[in-house]
Amino acid sequence: MARVVVEVMLKPEILDPQGKAVQGALSRLGFAGISDVRQGKRFELEIDGELTPERITQLHDVAATLLANPVIEDFAVRAGEASGRAR
Amino acid sequence: MRIGVVTFPGSLDDVDALRAVRWSGAEAVSLWHGDADLRGVDAVVLPGGFSYGDYLRCGAIARFAPVMTAVVAAARDQMPVLGICNGFQVLCEAHLLPGALIRNSHRRFVCRDQRLRIEATGTAWTSAYEVGDEIVIPLKNGEGAYVADTGTLDRLEADGRVVARYLGADPNGAARAIAGICNQRGNVVGLMPHPEHAVEELCGPSTDGRGFFTSVLSAAVPA
Repeated sequence: MARVVVEVMLKPEILDPQGKAVQGALSRLGFAGISDVRQGKRFELEIDGELTPERITQLHDVAATLLANPVIEDFAVRAGEASGRAR
Repeated sequence: MRIGVVTFPGSLDDVDALRAVRWSGAEAVSLWHGDADLRGVDAVVLPGGFSYGDYLRCGAIARFAPVMTAVVAAARDQMPVLGICNGFQVLCEAHLLPGALIRNSHRRFVCRDQRLRIEATGTAWTSAYEVGDEIVIPLKNGEGAYVADTGTLDRLEADGRVVARYLGADPNGAARAIAGICNQRGNVVGLMPHPEHAVEELCGPSTDGRGFFTSVLSAAVPA
């Protein structure tokens, strides 16, 4: 069993109103010095069996087909990462 | 003529779309997201709403519903398909139309009677209008800002595929004030505002939406 993380971010040229809202809230809360916030998505996939190059290629298809919309989003597929929970 | 309206889990405007179809004189046929069967219809409407809760991205999961396999095949075969609001988002996710719809730039849900200019009448859904017609129909969305790369936008403009544009104050941050577009052949149209809410005087700002539903009566490909 292996964990693969897929991170999805809006492309830099696409406006991110959610990130803007978070940034506005941070400055209202008095957290200074944060000039921009962009919000993305993180998917943690539990993969059965060995992570072969073929499986990684297939996971790129998973990301490009469903997890991300390549028209407006970029994605990264990373194998062997630990859980995203705060430690 | 039989016109199908798809109901996804989370569709809101399927009933109004069915009413608008019946008003036009066509037979309204309910289609179910889980059936890869268009029940012999001559045209399809993908209605507004929040299909599959808008989880992941608007329209992203609906795009893979069994019925969409049949809709995509039929659209490629020139069947008229109209996507309204969430339906427009589904058509973009399904790559039947270019670009995407993202969150309104001002971050608020917009719900108002919206003035539009019809700019393309060669489509299956707008032949009842004249180029330059100004209409007022409801607009209600949280993620209605149309975006595409500059090359795609230029191509849409050059090919006359901008079907409708917002007039007046910018409602949602859409690129070049685009409210609706069509595919190359004009059988597939995506529109963010709601013509199905403007076909009866009793419950709408106008009856300006009627033209979308009458246009298709002369457009459908004989089965």
